Amino acid sequence: MRQLSPEDIEALSVGAWILGTGGGGSPYHALLNLRRFYNDGVRINLIDPDELDDDDAVAVVSIMGAPLVFQERLVDSRLIARAVSAMEEHLGRKFRAVMPVEIGGGNGMQSLLAAVHLKIPVVDADAMGRAYPEAQMTSFAVGNLAPYPLTSIDPRGNEAIVGKTSSWKWMERVSRKLCTEFGSIVATCKAPRTGAEVKKWAIPRTTSKAINLGRAVVEANRQHADPIAAILKAESGKLLFSGKVVEVERRTTEGFLRGRTVIEGLGENHGSQIRVDFQNEWIVVWRDGQAVVSTPDLICVLDSESGEAIGTETIRYGQRTTVIALPAAPVFLSPRGLDHVGPRAFGYDIDFKSVFCS
Amino acid sequence: MRRIGIDVGGTNTDAVLIDDAKVVQGVKVATTADVTSGVATAIEALHLSANLAAGIDALMIGTTHFINAVVQRRHLTKVAVIRIALPATSSLPPFTDWPAGLAELANGGVWQIEGGHDYDGRRFATLDIAAARQIAREIRNRAQKYVVVNALFSPLDPSDEKVVAAILREEIPDVSVTCAHLLGGIGLLERENAAILNASLIALAEETITAFEHAKSKVGLNAPLFVTQNDGTVAEASRAAAYPVFSFASGATNSMRGAAYLSGLKEAVVVDVGGTTADFGHLRNGFPREANAVVHIGGVRTLFRMPDLVSIGLGGGSHVDLDAGTIGPLSVGYRLSKEALVFGGNGVTATDIGVAAGLIDLGDRKRVAHITADEVNGILRRCKEMLEENVDRLKTSAEDVTLIAVGGGAFLVPEELQGVGRVVRVQHGGCANAVGAAIAQVSGEVDQVFQGLTRDEAVASARKLADTRAVEAGAEPASLALVEAEDTPIAYLPGNAMRVRVKVVGDIRSTRIEKTAKEKVACQSVS
Repeated sequence: MRQLSPEDIEALSVGAWILGTGGGGSPYHALLNLRRFYNDGVRINLIDPDELDDDDAVAVVSIMGAPLVFQERLVDSRLIARAVSAMEEHLGRKFRAVMPVEIGGGNGMQSLLAAVHLKIPVVDADAMGRAYPEAQMTSFAVGNLAPYPLTSIDPRGNEAIVGKTSSWKWMERVSRKLCTEFGSIVATCKAPRTGAEVKKWAIPRTTSKAINLGRAVVEANRQHADPIAAILKAESGKLLFSGKVVEVERRTTEGFLRGRTVIEGLGENHGSQIRVDFQNEWIVVWRDGQAVVSTPDLICVLDSESGEAIGTETIRYGQRTTVIALPAAPVFLSPRGLDHVGPRAFGYDIDFKSVFCS
Repeated sequence: MRRIGIDVGGTNTDAVLIDDAKVVQGVKVATTADVTSGVATAIEALHLSANLAAGIDALMIGTTHFINAVVQRRHLTKVAVIRIALPATSSLPPFTDWPAGLAELANGGVWQIEGGHDYDGRRFATLDIAAARQIAREIRNRAQKYVVVNALFSPLDPSDEKVVAAILREEIPDVSVTCAHLLGGIGLLERENAAILNASLIALAEETITAFEHAKSKVGLNAPLFVTQNDGTVAEASRAAAYPVFSFASGATNSMRGAAYLSGLKEAVVVDVGGTTADFGHLRNGFPREANAVVHIGGVRTLFRMPDLVSIGLGGGSHVDLDAGTIGPLSVGYRLSKEALVFGGNGVTATDIGVAAGLIDLGDRKRVAHITADEVNGILRRCKEMLEENVDRLKTSAEDVTLIAVGGGAFLVPEELQGVGRVVRVQHGGCANAVGAAIAQVSGEVDQVFQGLTRDEAVASARKLADTRAVEAGAEPASLALVEAEDTPIAYLPGNAMRVRVKVVGDIRSTRIEKTAKEKVACQSVS
């Protein structure tokens, strides 16, 4: 167990946004909340999955909803804590620790806010190793663990418990409906996990990974060094392309933000283009009609100067961007893993080939 | 239509007289510490006859005074903030993430009450009217006058802000209320921040505009006064006094609008090289392209529409280091007329290089004779690189752009630049900012989420609303034209939700014509 420092919290917000691969919501409001607590002297503990006992109960939390609504309703730390307490009441037992369902974006920090009120530690693990849009796109779903129960909480005091669903996809459908009805932003406590399940199926040490990434960026910027080189070095990433955004196309279908952006090369990439398709997160990178990277490899579009991540909702004309790839969690590279999060899970009829395998 | 346009910059105050579509004359005077005497001097320098002064239709002024007040943390008043969003958002109260010093100056108390709406127009929580009235009385007892009201999703449904504003007006007779929905779009904290900055500047804005009016009457002008806005349009003086944040970036915008007007080009990159900085912007449809992003002002995160600009420390007054071959970012600024070599000073400035290279003819040329041709070329090369790099930052495609070079330091822009098809220079380019102020139009804007409509229907509804707003702001209905329509689908919202932004602009309704029409009606009714 280690105590997270104020610098860790700042670094986590930068790193989680990079691991958001374009989605997951901005960590900005969560960071503001955490800063307030840290200024008041509150500290959060991070425990390694290996420190859990097999029969410990672990709460898996997230904020679900539309980023647009997020910008208005802001995130309230007590709401996330309430989602966990509601689950404790439902189960009749207390949680030993809390963990994020996804490390990418704002959700990489929400578990910390729950931990503040519940006074329990945060497990250094998540179920995606990045951000993904749907419930069945988790390592727990790949592991065929139970998708239920789930609590869904809105700030007006509306609380729902989904007792049972027949599959992860059904859980996705039902929880999405609840979310919409509650105003398109809710706090959820997902299916509880045992210590044994976390150790077997969760993706370990992703909060530490996000902190390291963020620290590399902050440190490089402070020394006026190249933050992108620092990211590649910190997480053995691959530089794919550097250029300027010349086209952005967005549309919503079935509640998802879909679209693509075209980036025109600068410097070494002068004279060529890439296209990056997204569904909330960056999904496939195309070059000359060929898919060169695809999910589950992490595709990160970064500001070429600051190294900061750029979201699919905010990318715009003229931005100087560098596209990199980071390796996916091994659990998603198995045939079963690819069924859940490979390119076909997003409607692309292409085979996955990791850029890290050649 | 005869108009006077004035741009009060950090170094110079520029003024132009425009008759119909022609620039009759332009003048430059030094900006004064009190801002307004410079304005009076500038108008006086136009040497208007009494006859001509009576025939002026409008006086348009652009000023950087308000944004400077925030940056320098001067002249700010305390603001009371009422947020209507409980039981949501309470963990991040107003003034969260403000620089400590600025928050201390502006924070006049914070209250949060229940109310507000959802994204789909449904009520989020019942408005707590009793609490609002109680708070109004507390604010009155503290003798505070400036209040911000901000409700959850108020850009979609402003009714709660309006109700609370009315209560405040009932309880505090001389209250000044800034409703956040009028200042920014979706983004509760950022909209609130913009509203707070606005409210804290109203006292200064009122004072400044009164002083402008004073300067106007001092020189015998009785035309209506307009103040230019960030988007290249103008607002009537009274409205501008209530919304000073909308005048924050008007200087650069005025240059760009002036450049478009003087060149007749609607799509181009503009560079305005002044005394201290070179500002780059992209003209789209004759207006500056706007940044669709968070803008930090004096360290405060805000979200309202500002031109997308790049500013670098390169101007006529920039310091030149001949040994290192560098130029800027430091500048002698308004001391140029004393500190440049050609004017008898000691330090080498960009202006001295311009004189040595024969690009301009100013001061005493002999004083720069010792600078070698190699040194001059080295500095000009550096200058060219800086310009090329920043023009490229603004481009949206690899194609060559047209570059319009304006401002007093435009001589630093060479004829040939990489990525630039041609460089356009215009007559009166030195006063492009004042020209931009003089030709400014009135706008109407809408930024709203529509649901259950087709794309075309949503855009049409937004257009209608924008037209109405423009007419309310003083536009001539027949002259209204669409400058921007953008629709963005929104993730995770049902019912084809889309955010539509529409902007229209129109000419100012001529007060003289109106008067004549009224007189005619009066005559007819008598006869």
